[in-house]
Amino acid sequence: MAKGKVVREFGDDVSTDIIYPGRFMATVLPTETPQFAFADDAEFNKMLKAKEVAPGSFIVAGKNFGCGSSREQAASCIKGYDFTVIARHYARIFLQNSINVGLDMVICPAIEAAEGDELEVAAGKVLNHTSGKSFPIEPLPKARQAIIDAGGLIPYTRRLLLERAGR
Amino acid sequence: MAMTYVQKLLARACGKREVAVGDVLEPPVHLAMSHENAALVLNQFNEIFQGTGREAKVWDPDRIAIIFDHRVPAESSKTASNQKKVREFVGQQGIRKFHDIRGDVGGICHQILPENGYVKPGSVVVGTDSHTTTHGALGAFAFGIGATEMASVWTLGNILNVEVPGTIKVVVNGRFRESVYPKDLILHLIGTLTAEGANFKVIEFHGEAIRGMETSGRLVLCNMTVEAGATAGLVPPDEETRSYLRDEAGLKEIPEFFGPDGSAVYDHVVEIDAARLEPQIACPHAVDNVKGIGAVAGKKVHQIVVGSCTNGRLDDLEIAAKILKGKRVADGTRMLVFPASWRIYHQAMDRGYLRDLMEAGAVVCNPGCGPCLGIHQGALGDGETALATTNRNFKGRMGNPTAEVYLSSTAVAAASAITGVITDPREVH
Repeated sequence: MAKGKVVREFGDDVSTDIIYPGRFMATVLPTETPQFAFADDAEFNKMLKAKEVAPGSFIVAGKNFGCGSSREQAASCIKGYDFTVIARHYARIFLQNSINVGLDMVICPAIEAAEGDELEVAAGKVLNHTSGKSFPIEPLPKARQAIIDAGGLIPYTRRLLLERAGR
Repeated sequence: MAMTYVQKLLARACGKREVAVGDVLEPPVHLAMSHENAALVLNQFNEIFQGTGREAKVWDPDRIAIIFDHRVPAESSKTASNQKKVREFVGQQGIRKFHDIRGDVGGICHQILPENGYVKPGSVVVGTDSHTTTHGALGAFAFGIGATEMASVWTLGNILNVEVPGTIKVVVNGRFRESVYPKDLILHLIGTLTAEGANFKVIEFHGEAIRGMETSGRLVLCNMTVEAGATAGLVPPDEETRSYLRDEAGLKEIPEFFGPDGSAVYDHVVEIDAARLEPQIACPHAVDNVKGIGAVAGKKVHQIVVGSCTNGRLDDLEIAAKILKGKRVADGTRMLVFPASWRIYHQAMDRGYLRDLMEAGAVVCNPGCGPCLGIHQGALGDGETALATTNRNFKGRMGNPTAEVYLSSTAVAAASAITGVITDPREVH
């Protein structure tokens, strides 16, 4: 299970314009999007590009994380750094995009954590080793878990394509 | 079982007698729309077929629409190269609902789809754009998806893992006062529901103010339902829908309409009296930070933007032209106008609206999304303030994180262009 430090803590309603500003949308490939992650937060973006943040770190957020645009770059740019997002809840399209591209994310409606806290995602809960508290995880609907288990929507769709062709 | 509009629509689409909220379905897609981000979709699409030994062919080229609107004409060689890739793909796959960069049939996807009759009541529409909710104005279940999900739709022809959403019923009665528009209604509703108040839900519109509203206004309402987090907005189709489909969209065969059951169960009901609404403003940096115009009147504005998929239709250009005719955009303020499509551009040209706007000092740009999300023309300077008829005001939205964006109706934007400060249109005559 994932264990690491909180690199950034956000409040509610973080939009995809914050995560991946629109002016970089001409860049689409998951291999190229990470350079523009949180580009308007110059300090954070610089840390990321300098690889000063360990893979497996956590981004913690409040409700409605990823609201706004459907741009998938917002999910792929975070995945590029191998971070896990722990939010109280997500905007619908961002949640689905994260599942589809294989970004590790957890729905944790009561999460409390500050930057620098040591977290661990365990079975059914998030442990905050710094505060000593734990917070329950809300499971994903079964149908969505199947996409994660398949390794993302591309392999999942590939399997369905072959199954349907074989019928 | 009594069903809401979206329940009935999904049941019909999936060939079932009834569906319950929370059921997981894989409905067939009647229309799959993308814009420039088709470049990413086709990358993911090709990856799906890798190693399968099968030729990468879309499931049905006639059900795919691709419209270039986000960065037109291309602002960079990177965009131009992506557009070139998409153009080649469109040719290879035989996709005919393709709207390239053209001054006759081009425009913004959320205007191109309705005006060309691509959206039909009762259908399932998905788009790689969050404002795909717009098309609920014609009674379609229309929602935004990501690029990988679209690649899956192009492959399979249906959309996976659709949970039948719960519905918030919004009943709007009464008549709008002078200088109050559908934009004011939807901003008020978003302020009431909050940015996540309708997350994973559908908003279904009812009431005499909706019945009396033209399709152009219903498109405004449904366009912005996503700003309350809604999966989709829906207006059950009626005679107005029929006239729009026949006269504007040129549809010869109009499908049979249906409505929700009278005893359908809603998550909750919001009632609004249109007669009590005033011009509304969404203040920085959240669309649900909505105030009556009195709270922000007098605020200096450097850039006015009229247009976009929200408010770039002929009635918007008419409102702006009538307010600005014979007047002058204030010194120190610039006004940009982006019609929603070239069809609208031509109509506004024929009626003299564009001349009136230009003679007042407005810059009429080509139809496109650019300034709304800060990707093509109309970026803001450090610390500047914009007042826009667009749909989002998030930090950094108009290309500069130190700038501020306020959102309003077209009438407020046009009145404010004359004074250079946020102005109640009822005070400019």
